[in-house]
Order: sequence, then C-alpha cells, then structure tokens
Amino acid sequence: MFYNLFTELRSAKVPVTLKEYLMLLEGVEKNIPEYSINDFYYLARTTLVKDERNLDKFDQVFGHVFKGMEALEDVLTAQIPEEWLQALSEKFLTEEEKKMIESLGGWEKLMETLKERLEEQKKRHEGGNKMIGTGGTSPFGAYGYNPEGVRIGQEKGRHGKAVKVWDKREYKNLDDSVELGTRNIKVALRRLRKFAREGAQTELDLPDTIRATAHQGYLDIKMIAERHNKIKVLIFFDIGGSMDAHIRTCEELFSAARSEFKHMEYFYFHNCLYEGVWKDNKRRHNEVMSTWDVLHTYPHDYKVIFIGDATMSPYEITYPGGSVEHWNEEAGAMWLQRVTDIYESAVWLNPVPDKHWEYTPSIEIINQVFSDRMFPLTLEGIDNAMKELNR
Amino acid sequence: MKFEGTKQYVATEDLRVAVNAAITLERPLLIKGEPGTGKTVLAAEVAGALGVPLIEWHVKSTTKAQQGLYEYDAISRLRDSQLGDEKVKDIGNYIKKGKMWEAFTSEKRPILLIDEIDKADIEFPNDLLLELDRMEFFVYETGEQIKATTRPIVMITSNNEKELPDAFLRRCFFHYINFPDRDTMMEIVDVHYPNIKQKLVSEALNVFFEVRDVPGLKKKPSTSELLDWLKLLMSEDIDEKVLRERDPNKLIPPLHGALLKNEQDVHLFERLAFLARRERNT
Repeated sequence: MFYNLFTELRSAKVPVTLKEYLMLLEGVEKNIPEYSINDFYYLARTTLVKDERNLDKFDQVFGHVFKGMEALEDVLTAQIPEEWLQALSEKFLTEEEKKMIESLGGWEKLMETLKERLEEQKKRHEGGNKMIGTGGTSPFGAYGYNPEGVRIGQEKGRHGKAVKVWDKREYKNLDDSVELGTRNIKVALRRLRKFAREGAQTELDLPDTIRATAHQGYLDIKMIAERHNKIKVLIFFDIGGSMDAHIRTCEELFSAARSEFKHMEYFYFHNCLYEGVWKDNKRRHNEVMSTWDVLHTYPHDYKVIFIGDATMSPYEITYPGGSVEHWNEEAGAMWLQRVTDIYESAVWLNPVPDKHWEYTPSIEIINQVFSDRMFPLTLEGIDNAMKELNR
Repeated sequence: MKFEGTKQYVATEDLRVAVNAAITLERPLLIKGEPGTGKTVLAAEVAGALGVPLIEWHVKSTTKAQQGLYEYDAISRLRDSQLGDEKVKDIGNYIKKGKMWEAFTSEKRPILLIDEIDKADIEFPNDLLLELDRMEFFVYETGEQIKATTRPIVMITSNNEKELPDAFLRRCFFHYINFPDRDTMMEIVDVHYPNIKQKLVSEALNVFFEVRDVPGLKKKPSTSELLDWLKLLMSEDIDEKVLRERDPNKLIPPLHGALLKNEQDVHLFERLAFLARRERNT
C-alpha cells in the first residue's frame, strides 16, 4: 500500500526510510486520516518529511503519485464538444484574435493538434511554449497568454475550492539542495579542538580530592575549572566577484564556524589580501582596517583560515598595483607571506574543486605561498584542513 | 484523545492531524517554525484541551541528556557520610528525578515538552534516542529499571539553530508551522482580542504584512509581535486613519518598536522612508 509514494519519494531524493513508511501504514491502520484525502496528505507529510526544505519536493511527488495519473486519464477520455468551443469563440474573441486562430489553421487544426499533444505528453508541464500545462504560451492549458488558448482542466481551480493543498506548494522558497549541511561542517570543524581548563572552578576534581584527602587525613575537596575549547580562530573571507557563486557554501561554513568556535574573528577581503581588510561589506570603503593592525592585534597562536577561490590574474598577487580595486603599494603575495610567517597554522580553503586547480595559475601561486596547505571546501577538505591546523 | 484546537489557539488542519498522529501512534512530535509562531504555546494548549498535566523541560546550551533522566548527587552523599547522617545508607536519597522520569511515572498520561532542543549540544538528541523510543531507562546507582506506564505525549520544539541527527528525525513526526496567511491571522487576532475594531485590525494587518515584505529585515515580525503591537495600538487608541495613511513622510508605522526588534531593521526602514520621500520630491 502506498508503495509508489514511498519509492517515488526516494527517487526524488527525499530521505525516507522503511521505519517512516511503516509508521505511515500504522497511522492509516489506526484510522487517523478518517477517509479524507486531505488528512491523509497531512499524515503522510508529518510522517515522511523531516525537514522543511523537503516539503516542496514532497508536495510535488504527492501530487504526481495521487493526482497525476487520474487527471491525465480524465483529459484523455474527455470529449470536448467542438461546436461549443466555436460558439464560445464567436462570443468572446475579437476580430484580431480570430485572425490569429486562422494563422494556426483554424479550429479543426487546433483541435487536431490538441489531440496529438495530449498523446505526446505524459506528465504535468509548466512553462514552455508547446506542451499542455500551466503558465506557458502554448495554445493549450490553463493560465496562459495565448489568445486562442484552450483551457483544459482547472475550471474551478482559480477560485480556490478545487485546488488540492499539495498543488499549492506553499513551501517553495525553502527548498535547497546544498550537499554540505551545517551539521556535517560542524562535525568536521570539531576536529579543531584544544581543551584547556580556564576560568571559575566549578567542577569537582576527583583524583586531586582523593589525593588531598589521603594526604590530610580529612575530606579535602578540590575543585577545578570546566574544560573549554581553547582554540582561537581568525578567518578571512574572499567576498564578491567570482566568489558570488560559492556564497551559499561560505555562509554555511561561516555559521558553522561561528557556533563551533568561541574565539573567532573574521575579516573580508577581495580576491587577494592587501593592506586593508574590513568587517562589514556595506561599509567596506570607509571602514577599512589596516592589515598590519590585524596582524599585531591577534597573537601568533591564532589559527588562520582563508576562504577564497584564489582565481584571479597572477598580477593581482605578484605585482604592486595589481589589485583590481585600488593601488596597492606592496604585492598581495607579500601580505600573504607575512600572514603565514606570523601564524604557524594557516590554511586556505578553496570552493573550487581541486581537480581544476592546476588550470588556474593564481591558485598554484597561492598554494605555494601557503606551502601546499590549500584544501578544497568539501567535508573531506575541511576535515584535512582541521587536522593540519591541529598539528 | 483527540485535539481539535482550543479557544485561545487557532490550529490549522495540518497541525491538528500532526498532533493527533503523535497522540495515537505514541511518537514524539517535532515542531519547527519561525520564532513567535506559537511552538511552545502549542504544548500547553494541547495539555489544556486534553486535560492532562504538562511537564516542561527547557533546554539550554549546558543541558545534558542525562539531566532529563536523573542526577546523582554524589557530593551531598559524601558530605552526609562525613556527618554520619542516616540518609546515607539509601543511595536512592541522592538520586534526583529528571523531567523524563517524572513524565514516565506520571499517573495520568502527561505531555512532555522538550523546548528548544537545538540549543543543546550537538549530541544531545542522539543521547535520548533509546529513551524516547522505548520510553524506559536504567538507573545504574540503584539498579532500577524505569519504564513508562503510559507513554507520554512528547512534543519537541526547535528553532533550527542546529540540524538534528537523522536517526533522531526518523523517530519523530514533523510539523513545520508555516507563517499564517491573512485569514488565519484574522482568526488569531479575533481569538485574542475579540472586541478590537474590525477596521483597525484590517488596516493593522495591511501594515504588518507590508513590514514583513520589506526585503532584508533581520528579524521579521511574527504573530506574537503582531499581537503585542495590536495591544499597544488599542491602549494608545490610535485611529485607523493613521494606519491607512500612505504618506511616504510617515512611512514608519506608529509604535513600531513592538514590530521591529532590531536596531538595524529600524534604520533600514527609516532609510526606505527617506528614499520614498526623495523619489516623490524629484
């Protein structure tokens, strides 16, 4: 029962498991939906979907599995009385529009094409200019813009009553298919930990208490501070230009890092590091912080992570004045060198897949400056980068 | 046991189905949604409607899964043993029951609310898998097996700050409280302020949805903020005409402090007002 729904959901990459499928069947057995298709839809949704990002996919599959078939059959068997359509057209179409119909070969031709299309087409269709569906400019379908359009189905649709809830697809904009979830990133970032005991002494130190008690001959309770992650991180983000394509991944990494590291500082730069960095992209032209200040403020035990695609003209790195935005007195490579000199642990994470690196000279140059400590911005890459930083 | 919404809480149909499924199939219900859409209130309302006790477990960043089961107070036992207290002979005196224990042994089938589960450590949900599944756990200190007599109705809320592990999700029902549309919103307002002037509500809702539509707001106002704002509007007795005024010079809605909670958002709004004014003058 409902096996189709289950398999279709799986092939649509909604992560459903056998356990949830059985849960749905159990719900149906206990008669929660009470013979109402809407309630069944809600039950299926609440059991099978566990992430709001998948709600839209679920709606699509549900509509496809339960409505797609029957609706299409209805259309195929329905006889549309030709005379009726013709009568209608005489009533509502203007002279110009009638002429346009002639351009397609008149009513007979139009109906004939419709029949062909119906056979050609097996699935719900949206957009485009040929198939039957919604929103396109084909003469067939609903909500279109062709003056000679033939409306199929959905007679009641626009007035709300007959629209099925799953056809509304309210969850559209939450959909995303980013492969890296922040959870996975966090787990990868967790490799970078150095525990230390600092601050208020709130925990009982059992070994020391036992030792002290034995030593003193009476109970001598020793307390100790709680363990905290002592790692301090300095992150530089490349922003704008070619990085726009990777903004989603960067945002995820940023939010994961922010919740994982207590001592984290971040700065933005564009393409390559020069004498100035900034913290707020909106005010980056007036609130630039000198890179020297940054290097002087944060001590050398900070771990440094650069995130950027390192894809630019080699001159932007190697020559003074190479920057695309301003005149830089010293070459970008010099600045990068200073950073790697001060901070022993520094890595560069690159959202460009590593197999493409060798085709971009600027990536090679930066990788050299970082003495081969450039890693791709994937889970494995982050994992390796954290190992490197932990050394 | 069936939940049909209450006088103070407007439950949409899908929410009702989800709650009833969780009650009937005795599995936890995970509720997500924008802050202020009534996730936490839901548990209290369901408890009120069904007439069962509500046990709340508010999770913080320092909360450990074990604390929900029980805690063993070794330090007071150690102290008592030094003082020669009789209590010390029974280790059970130093076991403090957690919220889940309370829920498992409750006489009437209770509702257990695990609020804001995403605040806790990333491993927190994993540590509760077995306990939520079988509704039983073992107390090592006393060798007791605690088993739920009636499986409590478990409701879990999350603000999406952390992603929850898959194994945990597989065991739950899930409901995403969507932001209410205009009609539902009217209903909600009606329920909370029955004699509020119809026109005022309608104008206020216009302004409210316009504010929500402003792109780039850090924190969009939600249902609870709307209710607060309406309360303010009523107590200040603001005329609906003021709200209807679409004069760009007065683009900032009156008493906007209730709607916009973020300094940057207020600035953004003021900037937009300024732009609108400039556009009109040129």
